[in-house]
Amino acid sequence: MFRFLFDRDTWQEVYDSFSKNKLRSVLTMVGVWWGILLLIGLLGSARGVENSFNRLFGSFATNSVFIWGQNTSKPFKGFQEGKRVRLSLSDAKKVEDNIDGIEFVVPRNRNQATVVRNFLSGSFAINGDYPLLDKVQKKKLIYGRFINQNDIDDNKKVAVISEEVYKQLFEKDKNPIGEYIEVNQISFKVIGMFENGNGNMGPSSDIHIPFTTFQQVYNQGDSIGWMMITGKPEYSIEQIETDAKLLLKNLNRIHPEDNRAFGSFNLGKEFAKIKGFLIGMQFLTWFVGIATLIAGVFAIGNILLITVKERTKEIGVRRALGATPFEIKRQIVLEAVFITLVAGLFGIITGGWILIALDHFFGQGTEAVIVNASVSIAIVFIALIILVILGTLIGLIPAFKATSVKPIQALREE
Amino acid sequence: MLEIHQLHKSYPIGDSSLHVLKGIDLTVESGEMVAIMGSSGSGKSTLLNIIGMLDEADSGEYILDGLPIKDLTEKKAAVYRNKFLGFIFQSFNLINYKNALENVALPLYYQGMKRKERQELAMFHLEKVGLADWAQHLPKELSGGQNQRVAIARALAANPKLLLADEPTGALDTKTSYEIMEFIQQLNDEGKTILMVTHEEDIANMCKRIVRLRDGVIMEDKKVQQERVSAYV
Ligand SMILES: Nc1ncnc2c1ncn2[C@@H]1O[C@H](COP(=O)(O)OP(=O)(O)OP(=O)(O)O)[C@@H](O)[C@H]1O
Ligand SMILES: [Mg+2]
Repeated sequence: MFRFLFDRDTWQEVYDSFSKNKLRSVLTMVGVWWGILLLIGLLGSARGVENSFNRLFGSFATNSVFIWGQNTSKPFKGFQEGKRVRLSLSDAKKVEDNIDGIEFVVPRNRNQATVVRNFLSGSFAINGDYPLLDKVQKKKLIYGRFINQNDIDDNKKVAVISEEVYKQLFEKDKNPIGEYIEVNQISFKVIGMFENGNGNMGPSSDIHIPFTTFQQVYNQGDSIGWMMITGKPEYSIEQIETDAKLLLKNLNRIHPEDNRAFGSFNLGKEFAKIKGFLIGMQFLTWFVGIATLIAGVFAIGNILLITVKERTKEIGVRRALGATPFEIKRQIVLEAVFITLVAGLFGIITGGWILIALDHFFGQGTEAVIVNASVSIAIVFIALIILVILGTLIGLIPAFKATSVKPIQALREE
Repeated sequence: MLEIHQLHKSYPIGDSSLHVLKGIDLTVESGEMVAIMGSSGSGKSTLLNIIGMLDEADSGEYILDGLPIKDLTEKKAAVYRNKFLGFIFQSFNLINYKNALENVALPLYYQGMKRKERQELAMFHLEKVGLADWAQHLPKELSGGQNQRVAIARALAANPKLLLADEPTGALDTKTSYEIMEFIQQLNDEGKTILMVTHEEDIANMCKRIVRLRDGVIMEDKKVQQERVSAYV
């Protein structure tokens, strides 16, 4: 049955009829080629953009909201508007205890400070943190460890630094663990170093020190800079944000409708928006790609139909010489499949080039918009199978057309 | 070789129909060379096409080499055509993008013969018609007479029992026509049965028997003394 596929003459016939109608064959192939190219190019870039967002959000628990105090905008209970709002550790504790669906609440503090080591120095953000931060914003540690409960309990003067800080303060290839850095003239022992570029979202985090140490060094008392609230996956982070803010207003004597008293950044909401955008983009890609593909395949069918019409006489001659209708049909279907497949393969290859080019121009470095733009082999494979099926189906139309007339009518055609 | 009884054929024309063959009886023995003559529209081509299984009769009997030809599927017809029949057309009907050798080899391809064998056999037939040197040429690079010789080689390639030719010399000048006829006579000498449609008396006289059609019936059917082309020149 499929032995004919390995017959050189079968392909000679395909080649002959192809090269006889070279321009037309090439023109029709453009449709399929373009469809596949579009599909691969768009799917690949969609994937690349998704990867880049994932990298951006990657280290964050995405179902999170950050809340910090600002100034009130409404007078309330004897307080003037414009009162400075300062959140405290007890606020964080109350939010954790009273709001439904909370996974963790992480209170944080932050200051900008000059950091010195030997003769090198730089200005960095110093964060006072609990070990829990690592759960919300995963750090990729290259050396050492993150802050632990012991550090908190003993107000230890230890610091976890970013790769960036390391680069500015340390000689190349020096292990920073156990070395000391000076923050506001106080020595801190480096206990860990984490990778840059992971978790570019939100405020930069250069140096982390124990929360309690921060309190002591900066004389903070119980007040905190902001809190990171992570919701359980099945809870709406927007609801948690609303509830938490209302509770915080209540605790801090703020008018319930004062919308300026707290600033917030809802990571979950932003993330959902981007996810939605990405899904939309992928959907559009599939739609556009497949529509173009189908149009391309139809163009091939159409051209084959014209070709078959023009070759009516030739087909009549072949039948007079003993070609069975099946052999004629098989040949035409094969031509259709062959042209679609070659065009498709071409599209896959050029689509691959486009992805390589995208990667080259937009995919380099940590700030890249498109990361690792690629399509899976499975998709390529499915696309090929779809092409073969479409090619066969579309080839059947001219094939049946070619054998629908009697040989004598075909021969009489001029 | 072939027997035909009460063959009828009509073509529908609008609401009515045109009765072209009105009961043809014809028997052709193996080794005969028959010219079919008659005025234009008398049904010569129609008869030849039915014999060639390119067309179907409405009624009547047709037996080819002892095999009753009826209720043919397209597939069966194709196999019979390939095995038993060779066609020579007025306009050659070569495939224009295939060279002479490939054209001759085509019926062998449909027989399922292997490429190498096929090319050898095709070359043998091309040599026979004297065109071995032109094997790689396309039809457009050959003269009319050469093209008809390629077509004859193609008709012979599958070693058919019966050669059917519809005005094989119709598109050729007298000199070339005679060359082609000389060939066909040779083939007949070698034992091939030949049926050809022609308008020209001199060509018909080069056959051994002349069948004249008029108004869909055989008006005259006579054996003639074959004029050898070689005697003319
Ligand atoms: N497919 C067809 N449909 C309708 N009429 C047809 C068809 N084929 C042939 N005819 C008619 O049948 C008649 C016989 O045609 P045929 O071709 O057999 O004639 P012919 O003897 O070969 O003529 P010529 O010498 O001109 O070739 C003609 O009147 C022709 O118009
Ligand atoms: Mg005719």
